[in-house]
Amino acid sequence: MTTVELPIDRTDVPPQVDNLDALESEAIHIFREVAGEFDRPVILFSGGKDSTVLVHLARKAFWPAPVPFPLLHVDTGHNFPEVLAFRDELVERHDLRLVVASVQDYIDDGRLQERADGTRNPLQTTPLLDGISENRFDAVFGGGRRDEERARAKERIFSLRNAFGQWDPRRQRPELWNLYNGKHRPGEHVRVFPLSNWTELDIWRYIQREKIELPEIYYSHRREVFLRDGMWLTSGPWGGPRDGEVAATKTVRYRTVGDGSCTGAVESEAYTVDDVIAEVAASRLTERGATRADDRISEAAMEDRKREGYF
Amino acid sequence: MTETTTRTASDSGTEVTLPVHSDLLRLATAGSVDDGKSTLVGRLLHDTKSVLADQLDAVHRASADRGLATPDLSLLVDGLRAEREQGITIDVAYRYFATPKRTFVLADTPGHVQYTRNTVTGASTAQLAVLLVDARKGVIEQTRRHAAVLALLGVPQLVLAVNKIDMVGFDEAVYTRIAAEFTEHARALGYRDDTVVTIPVSALLGDNVVERSANTPWYSGPSLLEHLESVPVAPDPHDAPFRMPVQYVIRPRTAEYPDYRGYAGQVAAGVVAEGDEVVVLPAGLRTRVSKVDSPDGARPRAAAGHSVTLLLADDVDISRGDLIAAADAPPRVTDELDATVCWLAEKPLNPGAKVLVKHGTRTVQAIVTELAARFDEQQLSSVDSPDSLQLNEIGRVRLRTAEPLPIDDYAASRRTGSFLVIDPADGTTLAAGLIGVPLAPLAAASE
Repeated sequence: MTTVELPIDRTDVPPQVDNLDALESEAIHIFREVAGEFDRPVILFSGGKDSTVLVHLARKAFWPAPVPFPLLHVDTGHNFPEVLAFRDELVERHDLRLVVASVQDYIDDGRLQERADGTRNPLQTTPLLDGISENRFDAVFGGGRRDEERARAKERIFSLRNAFGQWDPRRQRPELWNLYNGKHRPGEHVRVFPLSNWTELDIWRYIQREKIELPEIYYSHRREVFLRDGMWLTSGPWGGPRDGEVAATKTVRYRTVGDGSCTGAVESEAYTVDDVIAEVAASRLTERGATRADDRISEAAMEDRKREGYF
Repeated sequence: MTETTTRTASDSGTEVTLPVHSDLLRLATAGSVDDGKSTLVGRLLHDTKSVLADQLDAVHRASADRGLATPDLSLLVDGLRAEREQGITIDVAYRYFATPKRTFVLADTPGHVQYTRNTVTGASTAQLAVLLVDARKGVIEQTRRHAAVLALLGVPQLVLAVNKIDMVGFDEAVYTRIAAEFTEHARALGYRDDTVVTIPVSALLGDNVVERSANTPWYSGPSLLEHLESVPVAPDPHDAPFRMPVQYVIRPRTAEYPDYRGYAGQVAAGVVAEGDEVVVLPAGLRTRVSKVDSPDGARPRAAAGHSVTLLLADDVDISRGDLIAAADAPPRVTDELDATVCWLAEKPLNPGAKVLVKHGTRTVQAIVTELAARFDEQQLSSVDSPDSLQLNEIGRVRLRTAEPLPIDDYAASRRTGSFLVIDPADGTTLAAGLIGVPLAPLAAASE
């Protein structure tokens, strides 16, 4: 090992960066690698807390220049109106570009069919993959975190998808040091997950530190909900309450934001970021277990969707 | 260095302790198939109460569906269909858990010989590795192979977990024999005794994983978790010379910042401060740092791990792929790489192969001019001038690159001493490359 004497005083440098600083620095590094290596990146944006943090990090990565790529929102047609309003305001305020892929358009012209159970979450995959290929996006940022779910825990930061958008967990590239391999062939694309190493609590502590605004439904409010399969769903165009399902007005908030048909609210008195952090730290349920009906379909529901091209 | 704060959750009135400035340990598991790695990781998560109720319910349900009397904790981590069907781990999974003392990022790596590349993936960023052996089998070929890979990649701390100690009746003699054999092997690989710890555990029953076990009264050391919480973690060295690969040139060209031209990157080693004299490589231009910028404003200095943007005093031509380095301690610039590679691809490496080398932020064409040696990590010996390197083999190679690269030895700098070998035809990552021969016994063997 070679040691070199350096002329300036290094003693005031903190010995280890704070955990949030380290996560932020890693995410910024990933954003810049993609901007340097790919022709047409895009950020997949749902209006949820993870993708909002993603946009915040992208703005930091290229500051004082604008974010050099657009956002892609897959609109299921069953969005919470508060989330759509938040999305449009965010895009306007930061001068971002927004591309929307609409599930409703696919249903209206017959390319997709409404499912019997009314959920549109699985229907997102086709408009997503079409949106990627029509716009020739070659790198697609997602807000996925490895702590969310067992199959996500297996995900690389750079994840190659074949021409059909499919993930093959057996053939993932080794990911060594922080040298990310973005090579891909025409038609293939790479999914990129800058928040891989963040936990739900890290996200909330970062939102607190950076004072990041979120859609208001993340904080407690009064809302008419009805109980289905053990989850409080909001009444809305996605169907419900059906016969036998009773609506009630409760104080709730959302831990995740997704398609209205399958994203449940949790009863909560968390009105501020501090309240949410305390609640998340004490919760005995994971965010997906508490609020996502689509993960309850089978033991490998997430893996199966990812293999088809979903995030 | 840990501060904690106590909050009261609004719904339940429960007291919760939150880690505030907990430090971070990155660790990887390694070991042969069926040694019980996934069970150990599941046990660690379960006993540190890092598993939430819905995840545990799912494991109870899945275990019952399989006709098991007790919950199979490996189902907590084996997330893929094929893994659960076959009861093996196929790919690296990353887990996050925290205690009031520390935050942990754990890479749970597979043991199958065909997936050694995933052990390399997990080990490349790890500060500690937990190697498992089955107490009934002891140190086997795969244990020695994994230990050699961990030593080669410079993982500073090793733990040998002698698992299934319950299956040998908590026999002290069995443990002592395995521990002694492993410690000797680790010593031969260059590990100092104070960086190697051996612990008798039962992942299935929980002995010495989180709590010390009454079944091993003859063992006086820490439980696995106690060791993980207290083992010293070396921070990124700040006394190393400054290195920063340029990732991206930031040029806003806006009304507010018409002339801004910043070089964005993550500090790979050392410290940079405003006013420092630097050299831009491979061109060799010298200039000064006029400003260290971050998205939160200018800062006086930045250290290894920080993502920053440097502004330079002179208007020099710099682009992605260049390296900014301390002017008084630059890396060497060469188009001849003497390196060690872990070959991670099915297709073998032959002399004369044309490949891509990704070093820092620069990717260049290269040709393998010589296959100097293949290492035998069992005997810690080497074979000169082999015909090829096969999957999972480690060897010493010489590469000629189309453009010169600014390089350090891996032993001096993990970041500027490492590179990827990529297949130019399909983009596959073929090998992990380490400049020089970082493992002393292998270096001696190949002299």
